[in-house]
Amino acid sequence: MTRPTPDSAVASSATGPGPAAVTGKRSPARAAGLRTPRWVGWLFVAPALAVYAVFVLRPIALTVQYSMYRWDGIGPSTWAGLDNYVEVFTDPDLFASILNAVKLIVFFSAIPVVLGLAIASTIRRIATSRLALVARTVLFLPQVIPLVAAGIAWSWLLSSTGLVNQLLTYVGLGGVARAWLGDFSTALPAVGVIGAWVLLGLCTILLLSGMSKIDPALYEAARMDGAGPLREFVSITVPSLRQEIGVCVTVTVIAALASFDIVYVSTQGGPGNATMVPGLEIYYLAFSERQVGMASALAVVLMALVILVALPIQWLTKDRTS
Amino acid sequence: MIVGRREAWTGRLLLVLLMAVTIMPFVSLFVTALHPSGSYPSGLEWPRDPQWGNFVKAFQAAQMVELVKSSTLIVLGVVPISLLLGTLAGFAIGHLRMAGRNVVFLVFVLGLTLPFEGVITPLYYQVRDMGLLNTRWAIILPLIGLYMPFAVFWMRAHFVNMPDELSESARMDGANVWQLFWRIHVPLAMPALSSLAILLFLWTWNQFLLAIVLVDDPLKRTMSGALGAFQGQWGTDMPLLCAGSLLILAPTLVIFLIFQRRFVTALLQGSLKG
Repeated sequence: MTRPTPDSAVASSATGPGPAAVTGKRSPARAAGLRTPRWVGWLFVAPALAVYAVFVLRPIALTVQYSMYRWDGIGPSTWAGLDNYVEVFTDPDLFASILNAVKLIVFFSAIPVVLGLAIASTIRRIATSRLALVARTVLFLPQVIPLVAAGIAWSWLLSSTGLVNQLLTYVGLGGVARAWLGDFSTALPAVGVIGAWVLLGLCTILLLSGMSKIDPALYEAARMDGAGPLREFVSITVPSLRQEIGVCVTVTVIAALASFDIVYVSTQGGPGNATMVPGLEIYYLAFSERQVGMASALAVVLMALVILVALPIQWLTKDRTS
Repeated sequence: MIVGRREAWTGRLLLVLLMAVTIMPFVSLFVTALHPSGSYPSGLEWPRDPQWGNFVKAFQAAQMVELVKSSTLIVLGVVPISLLLGTLAGFAIGHLRMAGRNVVFLVFVLGLTLPFEGVITPLYYQVRDMGLLNTRWAIILPLIGLYMPFAVFWMRAHFVNMPDELSESARMDGANVWQLFWRIHVPLAMPALSSLAILLFLWTWNQFLLAIVLVDDPLKRTMSGALGAFQGQWGTDMPLLCAGSLLILAPTLVIFLIFQRRFVTALLQGSLKG
């Protein structure tokens, strides 16, 4: 064995005998190349670490601290212990906002990933055609524009006189037409549709580019063994795309849990609290209702939730072969 | 390989359908923007007398020139500094491999998935205490910090794959660490740097939460934050709101269409690495 590649050395260092092993087996040439004192690296890291500490690490610590107090943001604060957390999980309105975020996962994550997989595997064979190249650009548009603009455009499409209702009437479903974002029963799914629109293109193209890396011989072999398209999809496509699917799920789930822009613009959490999500609730609590402690407790729960969801997905879909 | 013709045609049909759904909101914005200001057009209907003047009106109402200037200033503050700091740190962690790098890297990685809402409350008080509320610095400085995890992660991934032999030969020729970094490694990192620059530009330009919380004056916000204010002010005038929205999303759209190949690659890599 020569020496571990830098990549594997760092990747395994968390658990394995990373740095020590590297130092022990270092080749003479490399020792000469890196004769820099090891602390010099810290000078390079220091500026990044400083801004990160001031504008991210400190605020995270402060959020945790605030969450244990009752504070209106101006006057004196009083110790509240875990009361704010108890409230987050027992107050029906606050807890509903967390549930709403979880429900949004269906639209932000499940629909784009499943639909994306279906679409990508259907268009896989024409992935190099000119049409597909144009599609690559077009499908990326929702990623490039501000979410606020997407929110405004879709609020209009989904309004009582919008295009969606016009189309429904056209196909004879005028009876179900309504102000989709203003109706208690349809507001949350309608917000979800906006999110699905934003994320579908990204997922489709990510999955498609993953599919282009699959060895075509696999498909040919499967065809010769008499496998149909469905069988191909289940036995070849999905397993090979493990990593890409993992990425899509992670990105979209985080987008659902941390949604803010779209909801703020399209419904502001209404009607009632039907589309309230944690991000928006934090904003209202902290800056209009002046309940900084409660806002912070919800913020801590949100941050924990995101990490709790993201880590297992990363772990499950990690490509263990490379 | 023999391509099933029917399969290819279903694929094409599906693709066209998908593109239509993607473009539909833009078309709807555009058509509505041409209706007489203050009217309530229904659905998608080409107006009898297209009011191209709405765009001029919205351009003035939104003070587009000021907005573009403000967003540009913010981007110019955020992107170069983030690139520099991220590259320095990524180089140290990925290539110099200083002692304790794994702990530092882990600390950065933990911030990768952080929802900005999680820290917005203390950020507000912190920025206020620094006396920066309602200035562009209130958006610039926190964003640099918030982008550090991704920037460091991205640049480390690049430097970790650079061969050691490169540095060795440079050191043989008598280069010190800084020369090694600035003269050898930064020029070679240009592809990674430009992709990162594109992503940071997009995220800054479209940043909404920080803009509406930390800056009251729409003219000192990012484009996205300004659009929020524009909606609040003109929300009842649908054609004007649509025209304004189109104008506000036009700059990113134009830049995207010019650099589309770079963008698509950057976004793909960006989500794969993140």
